[in-house]
This record gives sequence, structure tokens and C-alpha cells, in this order.
Amino acid sequence: MSSAVKNECINVPVSDFDPYAEDVLLNPYPYYEQLRELGPVVYLERYGAYAVARHDEVRSVLFDPATYCSSAGVGLANFLTEKPWRAPSIILEADPPEHARTRKVVARVLSPASIARLRPVFEQQAEILVDSIIQKGEIDAASDFCEAYPIKVFADAVGLPSEGRHNLLPYGDMVFNGFGPINERFKSRLAKAQEAVSWINNICRRENLTPDGLGADLYAAADAGEITHEEAGMLVRTLLSAGLDTTAFTLCNTIVAFANNPDQFEILKADPSLARHAIEEVVRHDPTFHSFYRTTTRPVQLAGVDLDKHQKIVVFIGSANRDPRKWDNPDKFDLNRKTMGHMGFGAGIHGCAGQMMARLEGEILLGAFARKVKTVELTGELVRHFNNTVRGLKSIPARVTGH
Amino acid sequence: MTKVTFIQTDGTQQSTQVPAGMSVMLAAVSNEVPGIVAECGGSAMCATCHVYVDPAFIDKLEPVSEAELEMLESAASARQANSRLSCQIIMDGSLDELVVHIPSNQV
Repeated sequence: MSSAVKNECINVPVSDFDPYAEDVLLNPYPYYEQLRELGPVVYLERYGAYAVARHDEVRSVLFDPATYCSSAGVGLANFLTEKPWRAPSIILEADPPEHARTRKVVARVLSPASIARLRPVFEQQAEILVDSIIQKGEIDAASDFCEAYPIKVFADAVGLPSEGRHNLLPYGDMVFNGFGPINERFKSRLAKAQEAVSWINNICRRENLTPDGLGADLYAAADAGEITHEEAGMLVRTLLSAGLDTTAFTLCNTIVAFANNPDQFEILKADPSLARHAIEEVVRHDPTFHSFYRTTTRPVQLAGVDLDKHQKIVVFIGSANRDPRKWDNPDKFDLNRKTMGHMGFGAGIHGCAGQMMARLEGEILLGAFARKVKTVELTGELVRHFNNTVRGLKSIPARVTGH
Repeated sequence: MTKVTFIQTDGTQQSTQVPAGMSVMLAAVSNEVPGIVAECGGSAMCATCHVYVDPAFIDKLEPVSEAELEMLESAASARQANSRLSCQIIMDGSLDELVVHIPSNQV
């Protein structure tokens, strides 16, 4: 990262920082620190976009959707001047008032009351999965545990058939790469995901879903006239793109956090009811989602910097969660921390609609892990999964022992 | 600064001064008011910052959004006509002396 260059015309530090470079994706946190220290708003010259990396400015942007809109795209592309790579999402890339129509339907389907019915079967599957990794002993925690659980329980909850689920992760991977620039990484995943795209489009049709799942609930909202049937299919697709990779990676980051911090694992084992809070600290400390974009709708001053209208601005939630202006000892993974105010699930009207589902899955699986697993240690090199916006692992060689 | 009073089901009261622009949820969490869980941090996604607003203030609040209404249906304690998510109540001068009641359960 270059040192700050003061651009007198627009009064903002300029940086050549590349958030999508592999060495940054391996460990973005030292780079975030540099970015935060350059100023509250920085101009990323490689991408022609402004950036915010401090907690307060990230929060200000996310809680002001009228000024910092999503309808011009949540990736780098500015839909006001560029053609979107796919039809914009009818929930994620919609602004008020249109946004409320789809959001309320998804919010209902993923609300705590709606998903509470899933708890018994989630618990049962968690027991089975934790027993199986203890029996194996030597595992790849990424595929054997972190991916396996949401691919089983979340896909069952939505109402998918059991065949073809290997398409779910490549599909989400493609979508989340699209929250950054249209770079080589994105293009290669898009090309690789074509089989997944056609499988997903087919599976989202009503006749391919079980009659009692979350997907069916979305179609019921269409029957009631709240959305169209075509939109119901698009929202099923949204659940599938947003609900698998994210949860799998959050679980990966959880296993790594506890393997690297055995003292914290001892605290959790002593009181497995901390599991839900522990997931919260994982999502604060090493969140899955790291960045996405907004677009200014009008000239606005942000932290003393004048921004013109129709400017792209990248929001680094992964950095806000480590900002020492907000957090004491932010780099420490600490179950005693109060995590309120982290933005690992985003914040404001576009805050993750599936966050209560993520918490439910995380709490139940980590709770079972804490009760049954005695030790967890890493036995080989972690293999990072490179994605423009989400952070997770491809492989976690590990050894687990049970009680 | 505007004043907000939180009343627990056992009658315990706690008052605090809140700057304009801050949500009632954040005021509660910042002051460690029991019974405001606020798991989602203000995205109207968890229904764990549910409050019953004193009827004298209910008409002064911004109307309930559709997403908030969906979440209130999910609240652990029964929804009433004066139910709101405290994360969606943003303080300003017109709400000075606001009184909210904390429900018995949030989860």
C-alpha cells in the first residue's frame, strides 16, 4: 500500500491498495489497519472507488440507505453507467420503498418464529456429524464438518432434493465473487459455475421443492399475492446463494479460531451454552463477509470528505470489526468480549436476512462440538479459499478426539 | 439530549439521557438495561429488542415498517398495539421523556 497522497482537489487520501490481491486475502487485517490509519475515507485509485474501513464510517454508510444506495449494484460495477453481470437481485440490490416488499417476505420466512421448528432436526444432525468426525479422528474439517452441516440441514430446510447438492457451494462462490470487481477470479468462477447455475435455476422451481420447506413458504407468499411466482423462485435462489458458503465459511473460521486459541476452547467446553455467543465473536473477529459496495445518490459529506453523487464506495465490514476506535484489543479472539455493534452480518435494512438461521446452525453445531470434543488440533497447512468478498477455507487438516 | 425511561415487568425503572439520532435499543444496551438482547444489532431481524411503548408516545413515532411488523410477529412476548422494536425508534427532541416497558421474555 502506498503512503497517503493528499489529493487537494478532492481532499482525500489516495491509495493503491488492492483488496482483491491474494496476499491481502490471505491475511487482510494488517492492510486494513493501514487503510484505517490513512483516514476515515480513502480513494482506491486502482478501482476508482472510495473506501471506508473505520467502524463509525462503515456504520454511517450502512444505516443511510437513502444516501448510499444498493440499487446501483453491491459490487464494483456502477449500474447507472455499466450493464450488470446478471439481473440485479430483487432484495439485495433494491432500495426503499421497493425493497420492503421482498424483504418482508424473506424476513418472515427466516424469522426466529419460523425457523424455531428446525431446532430438533438441526440438533439431531449435529450430534450425528460430531460423532462421525470423532470416530474418524483425522479429518478435513472444511469438507467433513463445516461444509457438510449446512449442505445437509440448510438444504433440507429449504426443501431441496439430496442429489446435486455439490452445486451449491460453487454457485455461492460465484455470486460472492461478484460483490467485488469483475476480475479474473470472478470470470473463472463464473465460467466454472455454469453447471451449477442451470441446476440452481431448475431446483428453485416449485415442483422441485418439498411442500413443507422454506422454499415452499416463499411460494406461499406468492400465492397470497405479496410477490409474483417468478419472484418467489428468485428468492429461493437468493436463499441458496446466500445461505451455504457463508455458513460453511463461518464454521471454518470457528474451527480455526478455537484450534488457534485452546484457552478459549477450554472456556467453551466448560460452558457449552456459550456457543451462541462464541459464534458472534467469531463473526466479529474473523467475519465471513468482508466488503461490498454502495453508491452515493447525492453529493454528501462523509467524515469531512465531499463525495459527489453516483460514486461507488466500498465498505470494509471486516475492518470495522477490528477498529481499535471501537474495540479493545481487537485482534484478540475473546469469548469474554461484548460483541454488540459488530457488523459481520452487515447492518441496517440490508443486514443479513439469514442471520438468525446462521446463529441457529452455528449455536447448535458448535454446542455439540463443545460437549463431545476433547481436543482439536491443526495437523497441516490450512488452504485458503480465495474469493473477492467472503473469507473461508478450502481445507483444514485436523485431528479431533472425543471424551 | 433526550430522556428515555425503561420499566421492567417488576416495576424497576432506569432512565438515561440519549443523544438525538441514537436508537432506543442502543441506549438500552449502552446502559446495560436488562431485557434488551438486540442480537442482530439493529437490522430488525431478531425481534429481541421488543418493547411496549407508553401509549402517550405511540403516535409520535415513525410508523412501523413492514419488515418490523413481520419481526414483531416473531417476538417471544405477545405483540400488542404498542409493540415496537426499540432498534427502530430513533430518538429526537419530540420523544423527550419517552417511556418504554420491557416485556417478560425476548427469546
